Amino acid sequence: MATMNAPVIRVEGVGKRFGDVMAVEGLDFTVAAGGTTALLGGNGAGKTTTLSMLLGLLIPSSGRIEVLGEDLLRHRFRVLGRMNFSSPYVDLPQRLTVFQNLNVYAHLYGIPRSRRRIDELADQLDLAGLLKRPYGSLSSGQRTRVGLAKALLNRPALLLLDEPTASLDPDTADRVRTYLTAYQRDTGATLLMASHNMAEVERMCDDVLMLRGGHIVDRGPPPALIARYGRRDMEEVFLDVARGRSAGDGS
Amino acid sequence: MSAVFSTRRVAAMVLRNVYLLRASWPRILELVYWPAVQMILWGFISQFLRGNSTWVAQASGVLISAVLLWDVMFRGNLGVSLAFFEEMYSRNLGHLFASPLRPYELVCSLLVISLIRTTIGVGGAALLAMPLYGYSIFGLGLPLLAFFANLLVMGWAIGLLVSALVLRYGLGAESLAWVAIFAVAPVSGIYYPISVLPQWLQSVAWFLPSSHVFEGMRAVMFHHQFRADLLIQAGLLNVVYLGVAVTVFLYVFHVARRRGLLLHIGE
Repeated sequence: MATMNAPVIRVEGVGKRFGDVMAVEGLDFTVAAGGTTALLGGNGAGKTTTLSMLLGLLIPSSGRIEVLGEDLLRHRFRVLGRMNFSSPYVDLPQRLTVFQNLNVYAHLYGIPRSRRRIDELADQLDLAGLLKRPYGSLSSGQRTRVGLAKALLNRPALLLLDEPTASLDPDTADRVRTYLTAYQRDTGATLLMASHNMAEVERMCDDVLMLRGGHIVDRGPPPALIARYGRRDMEEVFLDVARGRSAGDGS
Repeated sequence: MSAVFSTRRVAAMVLRNVYLLRASWPRILELVYWPAVQMILWGFISQFLRGNSTWVAQASGVLISAVLLWDVMFRGNLGVSLAFFEEMYSRNLGHLFASPLRPYELVCSLLVISLIRTTIGVGGAALLAMPLYGYSIFGLGLPLLAFFANLLVMGWAIGLLVSALVLRYGLGAESLAWVAIFAVAPVSGIYYPISVLPQWLQSVAWFLPSSHVFEGMRAVMFHHQFRADLLIQAGLLNVVYLGVAVTVFLYVFHVARRRGLLLHIGE
C-alpha cells in the first residue's frame, strides 16, 4: 500500500501519437496518495487518452508511467487488481443481469464472499431493486451507478473515474459524490476523475490538472486556480483554459 | 499481485458465457439447429446413396460421420470467435482488460466456451441421428475422441485467427467467422478421399490436420483400422497451428493496446 502523500501515480514525459495526430505530449505529473484529483479539459484535450494509458489499455508512444509503485508498462498486472475504473463510455454485457455482471467481475478481481460484497454495494448505491434486471434494460443513470459498483467491487486503492455522475439526476449525483467522498476518506484511496461538472470538481477535488491540446497547461487546488485566474468559480477557469487564456489575462 | 495464471479468472469468463447462454434460448437453439439440419440432410442423402453407390454401401454412416465431424471443426471455430465477438458487441473489452484478466486467460476461456458450445451443438445432432437413421457415431469408439479433439483444436486455431483479424480491423470483418473455415473444406477430404484431389492439391491437403482426421475416419469405417500415424500427424500439425494462432492473437492484442482499439470497438 502506498504511504500517505507518496505519489500513487507518476507520469514522466508521456506522449501518445495516433498516426499524424499527437493526442498528448510531454505529460509530467504526479498524483499524491489519499487525495482526489481532477483531470479537466475540453473535448479532445487528452483526458480519455491519459486515463486509458493509466489503466494500461493504451500503450504510450513515449515516456514512463508508474502506478502504485510499479512500472505500468512492464508490470501492469501487479497493480490492476488494486485499481479500478468507471466510465459511461465503456459498457457491460447488455443481456446479463446486473447481479451476473457484478458477479463475473467479482470473480475476475478475486473478491472473497462476492455475494455479500455485491449486496453491500447494491445497498449503498441503491441498486438492490435492479440486481435481477438485464443491464441493457437500465436507464443511463442506472448504468452509471452499476458501473460505479463494478469499479468499487475490489475496494480499489486507486479509482479512475470518467465523468462519474454523468446522466445522474441531481439527487442521485449528490448521493454518489457523498459516497465517493466518504469512500476516499474511509479507505485512504486515491481518486483521479475526469469531469465536465465544475461544481463537482470544486466540491470533491483537492487538486486539478488542466489539459489543453494534449498538454498540461495549469495545475492547482480549485481555490488557488480560481484566485490565479481572477474568477468566481471553476466554470469560469475552465472556460479561460479551454479558450486559451492564461492566468491573469482577465477578460 | 495477482497470479500469473488464474483458473478462477478463466472460470469467471466461462461463467459470463454460461449466463449468456442460459438467458437466451435462441442462442441454445442456434447451437443445435445447424448441425441437426446438416445431419438430417446428409442422412437422407446417405439413405439414397446406400442403394446407388457401392462406396457408401460399404459404410453407410460415413457421410453422417463426416458431416458431424466437420461440424465439430466448424462449431469449434465459431465457439471461439462468437464468444470473442460478444465482448466486442457489448463494448466490454475496456472493463475486462483494466481488470487482472490476462489476454492468454481470455484465450483459455474462449477455448473452454468453444468446447461447451461444440459439445452441445454436435452432441445434440449426434444423438438425433440414432432414432432418425439408426446410426450412432459413438460406434467409432475411442478413435472418435481423437478425431473430435483434433478437429476441435483446428477449429480453435481458425477461430483465434479470425478473432485477431476482427480485433484489428473491427466488426466489419465479422463475417470471416462464418466463411473463413470453408476455405479448407474442399481440401480436407470431408466426403471423399484425399486421393480424389489433383496431385498438387493433395500436397496442400496433407498440411491440414483435418485431412488426416477424415482419412483416419474412413480407415476406421471402411477397413476397421485405426491409423495412429494419421492421428499423430494431425496432432503435430495442430500444435503448430494452435501455437501460431495464439501468438497472432496475443500480438494483435498488443497492437490493439498500441492503437487504442480496446476502448473504441463496438456495435
